[in-house]
Amino acid sequence: MEQILANGLYLGAQYALIALGLTLIFSLMNVLNFAHGQMYVFGGFVTYTVVAQFGLPFIVGLIASAVVLAVMGALIEKFLFRPVIRRSKRDESTMLLAAGIAFFLDAVILLLFGEKQRGVPKIVNGVFNWDMRLIMPYDRILIAALAVGLIVGFILFMQYSRTGRAMRALAQDRMAAQLMGVDVDRYSMIGFAMGAMLAGLVGGLLVTITGINLGMGGPTSIKAFLMIMIGGAGVISGAIAGGFILGMMESVGLTLLAAYGDVTYLMIFITLMIFLAIRPQGLMGKPWG
Amino acid sequence: MKRRNFLATTGLTLALALTATSAAWAQNATLKIGFVGVTSGPAAAWGISNQRSMEARAAWLNELGGVQIGDTTYDIEIVPFDDQKDPKRAIAGLEKMAQDGIHYVVGPNVDDGAAAVRPVAEQNGIMYFPYAFPKELYTAPASNAILGMVANYQSGPAIYKYLMENKGVKTVAFIAGNESDPLSQRDSGAAAARDLGLDVVSDTVTYQMDTTDFTPVLLPVIQTAPDLLVLSGVSPANAPQLIRSARELGYTGLISTETAQDAAVLAEGAGELANGFISVGGASTPELASDAMKEFVTRYTAMFGEYNDESNTKVYALEYIIETLKANPAAIDNVDEFKTTMDTFEAPNPFMVGDAKLTYVGTSSFGQKRQVSVPLVVNEFQDGKFETLFVAQVD
Repeated sequence: MEQILANGLYLGAQYALIALGLTLIFSLMNVLNFAHGQMYVFGGFVTYTVVAQFGLPFIVGLIASAVVLAVMGALIEKFLFRPVIRRSKRDESTMLLAAGIAFFLDAVILLLFGEKQRGVPKIVNGVFNWDMRLIMPYDRILIAALAVGLIVGFILFMQYSRTGRAMRALAQDRMAAQLMGVDVDRYSMIGFAMGAMLAGLVGGLLVTITGINLGMGGPTSIKAFLMIMIGGAGVISGAIAGGFILGMMESVGLTLLAAYGDVTYLMIFITLMIFLAIRPQGLMGKPWG
Repeated sequence: MKRRNFLATTGLTLALALTATSAAWAQNATLKIGFVGVTSGPAAAWGISNQRSMEARAAWLNELGGVQIGDTTYDIEIVPFDDQKDPKRAIAGLEKMAQDGIHYVVGPNVDDGAAAVRPVAEQNGIMYFPYAFPKELYTAPASNAILGMVANYQSGPAIYKYLMENKGVKTVAFIAGNESDPLSQRDSGAAAARDLGLDVVSDTVTYQMDTTDFTPVLLPVIQTAPDLLVLSGVSPANAPQLIRSARELGYTGLISTETAQDAAVLAEGAGELANGFISVGGASTPELASDAMKEFVTRYTAMFGEYNDESNTKVYALEYIIETLKANPAAIDNVDEFKTTMDTFEAPNPFMVGDAKLTYVGTSSFGQKRQVSVPLVVNEFQDGKFETLFVAQVD
């Protein structure tokens, strides 16, 4: 049981961080960013390049991932999403744009980084072993702690900084925020950049554990959408809750249902369908959006 | 005046360019060879190594002046199609090849894709070289598919027997991705292990192909404490993570697979934890590679930046097609002629040292020659590179 809980918490921490970026973008701009998984992969490859190819410390790779993805996010918002949102009131326009960006990033990743699975050496060696009841490599513990630290930092930033408050105002009521003097374009760009940066940071963190390959983008996006559906789209606390719930469900299912074959995700999807039928807005979302 | 001069110069340049191009075209005819396989998504490494092997070899042959088949010299053109590991796309890919008049196709890379394209291949007179193991593709009445590598039901028993005799393996556990290829390889591997007298302690645990944390998946398998853990049909993307998680969970036994892997990927993803990992290697490890193979690796690396060890096997399919066509030029647009030639075909193997031959095999497994002959090379990963454990021959 201890092992199941630890695995669930570890998975939950990384999932929550992935979902945070997605839900931030959704709350600010009402955009379902289908390219979120590709941004995660791009961030992983940037860290890989800096650490494994250039031989620089892991923290430099992580910072590089954050910076590159933040710049990429800002540019995507300014030159792609902003004009489309301005010219089209239809939600599917931004969805198609996001899907197009996902395909484009897949192609760019293949061109820049190749088709192979990539990974960087373990940043911490050794395994924590509590009498064979709980086994957890130290690098996973470190990554989980860093993920939790980033989540806490993000919450504090959103809660107490001027930029965070402006973005929350924007998420609550775009028109009212604009009338109160919030620069909508500026904070939308900052929000998109932060969302992309979070995706890049998770990619950078996990490249030391799971490695990275160009096919990981789509499945990552799907899991991120699952999490924000569980927690409630556009709600930060909901994304965190969704991440931890999905991580725990996965851990419990993979251990307890192992004898029945690969039915864990089947059970998760069935549970989610029933849950959404009862509470379509998710745990913490509001029925009116 | 200036305008007239400009027009005259442009016209002359165009005429010269057209003449030069026509002359170039007139030099060699073009022989199109198709590739239908997965070059995107998590299994992209399988198909991309295929496609790049073909492109690197084709470029080399073209640079040498082309390939003479009968009285005609051809430049080889590779026509690729990404099936995205989707059987529907694989069918579309083979239909495209048929529309382009292509009779020889390498791929698909996986079982369901290879099975799906069979009717298209048979209706349109296409010989195809899948990297998929279902026996019904290669046994009569099927006759258009030629297995491009060693199947797991050929390599698995050889590996298990070797490990029983040399490492004292008595118990074995299998883990597979939840897809048709890994599952079928798991089932046939477990059956072969039981036939050899091994105790199969776990063969029900599977994982999603997009799993990022294998610790919870592996936990119930490791708790059975097998002497040998078999990663059935594992993709190069998942192998390092599975090895790493197994070792981090305290597993100290042997780990093997019957699929080809890449040493650089294992080194990056699992480091020294991958030491001792046993896999089926390409047909050209350093001890076996000829000078031509070494040059192929150099050319591949120059073209694409980095070599892929999986290409040690995937270099062969195009060579078999070209050499068989050389042996019987009538087969260039008639696959029945190709099939007839396969029974007696033999040519020097340019990629191996010694007097190794290119021949078609498979009579024991399929009742007819529907498999390319590449040596069964079983490798052990040690400190960033593969070392040959043993070599065997398949029929």
